Amino acid sequence: MYMEKSISELHDLLKSGKATSKELIKESLVKSHEVQEKYNAFVTICDDAKDTPVTDELVSGIPFGVKDNYSTKDVLSTGSSNTLKNYVPFYTATVVEKLFNKGAVMVNKTVLDEFGMGGTGTTGHTGIVKNPWDPKRMCAGSSAGSACAVAAGVYPYALGSDTGDSIRKPAAFCGIVGYKPTYGMLSRYGLFPFASSLDHCGVLTRSVGDAAIVVDAMKGKDSHDMTSWDSSNINLTKSLTGEVKGKKLFYIKEIANIDNYPHASKELREHLENFHHILDKFRNLGVEIDEVSIDQTLLNAIPAVYVVLSCAEATSNMSNLTGIIFGPRGKSDKITEMMKEHRTNGFSPLIKRRFVIGSYILQKENQERYFKNAARVRRLIVDKMKELFKTYDGLILPVSSGPAKYFNEGDDAIDENTNVLEEHLQIGNFGGFPSITIPDGFINNLPVGINITGNCYDDANVLNLAYALEGTMNYKGQIAKEVE
Amino acid sequence: MKKQKAVIGLEMHCELKSNSKVFSGARNSYNETPNANIAPVDMAFPGTLPVVNKKCVADALKMSMALNCTQPEYMYFDRKNYYYPDLPKGYQITQMESPVGINGHIEIEVGDKLVPVDIHDIHLEEDAASLDHYFDTSTIDYNRAGVPLLELVTEPCLHSAEEAVAFLEHMRDVYKYCDVSEADTKKGQIRCDVNISIMDEDATEFGTRVEVKNVNSFGGVYDAINYEIKRQSALKEAGRYNEVEQETRRWDEESGTTIHMRSKVDAIDYKYFVEPNLPKFKITKEWLEELRKEIPRLHLERKYDYINNYGLSNYDATILVKEKNVADYFEECLNLGIDAKVASNWITTQVLGYTNKYEVNIQDIYLTPKRLKDLTDLIKDGTISSKQAKEIFFKVIEEAKEVKEFISKDNAQISDKEELTKIIEEIINNNLNQVNEYRNGKTNLFDYFVGQVMKNTRGKANPVLTKEILNDKLKG
Repeated sequence: MYMEKSISELHDLLKSGKATSKELIKESLVKSHEVQEKYNAFVTICDDAKDTPVTDELVSGIPFGVKDNYSTKDVLSTGSSNTLKNYVPFYTATVVEKLFNKGAVMVNKTVLDEFGMGGTGTTGHTGIVKNPWDPKRMCAGSSAGSACAVAAGVYPYALGSDTGDSIRKPAAFCGIVGYKPTYGMLSRYGLFPFASSLDHCGVLTRSVGDAAIVVDAMKGKDSHDMTSWDSSNINLTKSLTGEVKGKKLFYIKEIANIDNYPHASKELREHLENFHHILDKFRNLGVEIDEVSIDQTLLNAIPAVYVVLSCAEATSNMSNLTGIIFGPRGKSDKITEMMKEHRTNGFSPLIKRRFVIGSYILQKENQERYFKNAARVRRLIVDKMKELFKTYDGLILPVSSGPAKYFNEGDDAIDENTNVLEEHLQIGNFGGFPSITIPDGFINNLPVGINITGNCYDDANVLNLAYALEGTMNYKGQIAKEVE
Repeated sequence: MKKQKAVIGLEMHCELKSNSKVFSGARNSYNETPNANIAPVDMAFPGTLPVVNKKCVADALKMSMALNCTQPEYMYFDRKNYYYPDLPKGYQITQMESPVGINGHIEIEVGDKLVPVDIHDIHLEEDAASLDHYFDTSTIDYNRAGVPLLELVTEPCLHSAEEAVAFLEHMRDVYKYCDVSEADTKKGQIRCDVNISIMDEDATEFGTRVEVKNVNSFGGVYDAINYEIKRQSALKEAGRYNEVEQETRRWDEESGTTIHMRSKVDAIDYKYFVEPNLPKFKITKEWLEELRKEIPRLHLERKYDYINNYGLSNYDATILVKEKNVADYFEECLNLGIDAKVASNWITTQVLGYTNKYEVNIQDIYLTPKRLKDLTDLIKDGTISSKQAKEIFFKVIEEAKEVKEFISKDNAQISDKEELTKIIEEIINNNLNQVNEYRNGKTNLFDYFVGQVMKNTRGKANPVLTKEILNDKLKG
């Protein structure tokens, strides 16, 4: 199966003429339909995808998937929302365009939680996305379809987006790699916004090496995105030396120490024990790893800060969805009624709840108490991390409290103790930090993940650490196999 | 009832000149064809992002300095959130927390008085689309969506419709002088909101403030203010001042009245917060200094300079400073050494007469200040008469030739005393009857003799010299 190989392996096959772009696309499309049938990962499958000439660009001729909240010219782009269920854009997002220009071939658009809001992969307008390791479980979200498809071997990589942990958590639950670079390394032009100050583009792959290749192909300053920056002096692929001796990492005691969870489930216990076991492997490479204690109050504030800031920005960002210019227009002849109808029918209840929260937070009388305070706490958390990054190359933590959850467990049923453990990846969004999740083991035959987050602009270092760690384990390139 | 005093504050929106819009690459120019000047971001297509136009920021900062405002150390923008069909994104990008200028102050001329005006703030924002309503349908034209707007907010420091309009006219001239806007009300480039309250003349507390929105002409501002003062005063006089509520009204041009829109309790909460897609950036002192150098001397300063230092009348000085091009032309004339009054006379009558008639720019006519200097020099040294000069003035412009091309032996003025004396003596000899009558007291015959000289010389006799010689000869 070609599509279970890495980008560099495929590139070699294409270059040597042992495979053609056409064959790769054909296989990827067949696999797309299978995965769609089984796990419902796609909004659109591009059956008319055309092969491209193979060049020296590593991604040339190779299929990939795009989360459906990226604007793709002439291809339906819904954000997994009924408000855009028939929306076909006339322009392509910068990062997708860059891949197209290098000869990459888009074969499908993947399902997400509506506009990226949600962590379950269950709120898209085309239905829930199932986990390829166990279809009774969720992939997490919001990049559910992308994670599912990469794990299932539809192609070596798919684009995701990450506002809280939307790339890095589904990656963990699907046993693959999820990487969001420093804020602004990838242009957001063409990414449907959720919360602009937290939104990141990124990629899901089955190896750190592939993540580096894809981001190298997409990065760069974009005149359409004022928050993008020039990273031409960074070559992630070339930075993967595996040389990590003398590097220093820390984990947060309050999150990763098993003593914090007196009533820990068996899964959680195994997950944390595995985490510490992996740290020991890492130490064997000469990496120094310290336990650092951070004020519990500050850590406890993370989920609340995230909810406040993301809901506030989302409310505003999605005010363009009125059905007047695009999307299904309401039938009333009164303009306010027309907009109301579009929004009432278009959005799922979860999103509406977030809009209500966002509006409340932004109201004049509440701004100081909620919005501004959340912004201040965000600053405190980021400052604390930046201070630690003066000493350490990165923060290393387990992702979530265990493997993928059952659909009926829900996302809200989080036990108070594990709250921070579930949500700490949001730190990476608060600071715009480069952050990567890689698989680090199995619990009940289901994959779990570990995350490394570093300082802004230090992507090369973070990726190299993840690359070295990946080398100590046997999960690189793994394809999902249904358990039981 | 005690004598009442009006308290007025203005919000003036003015469209800025620029190649592209303030946050998009679409053209910023008036276009009759709807939806011709648009980029994806102007229609808020999902995923589009604003990119700030540096030229607009520079112009906004210039105006901030021209109004003696304080500039912020860092520039950033805020979102003003509300739903309206003319607002594609559902929010307007504007400046709330850190406008380009705060706490400014200027002086304006109202009649012959100088009146101080305090500026609360001036900020850069984007315009909305324009709506057209027909009997059963409405259309949206996005050409205007994203056009740069400068909003200027005064303190409540004006006290009459005259002062308010004088302020607006003053600002219009400032915008034009700095070349940041065409400031044309006919094109809807200036729009105002007016805040009006009344109070007892000796009171210290303001009355209830009423906001009148969307007044789109200076005449409208004048009428709306007077209408509101009258309305509020009448209620107060009738002992019903409590019926004046803090509300938003709109000016209805047709009926010449203001109409209730919404009360304070229904005021919209715009949920301002910082625009995350436009990173905040430092405004350096160096940049400000560079921009300051680009601000020209403004009209009022020039006007008083012309009156006090060049002896011009208020009337002439006002005409000269009305447009920067004209004032610059005048100052160029001064630099070339033309007498101020001579230059002023030529410009206010001949030059502007011509440019107004043919609707051309003073900067574009062939008669440059240098050529006007040539022309006035020839009058001064008596080579040509004023009458001839006016003819040459037109010929220079129409034929685009140098002044000297029109000076020949044929049309040169006869300023040679000997030659002129000869001609005059001959005329006297041929008109002895008239000479006698003149000498017997019929002095108004003097003009007859001048006429004869002019007829004889086909108007080329130097009039001053002619009079001098005639006086001498007729004395007998």
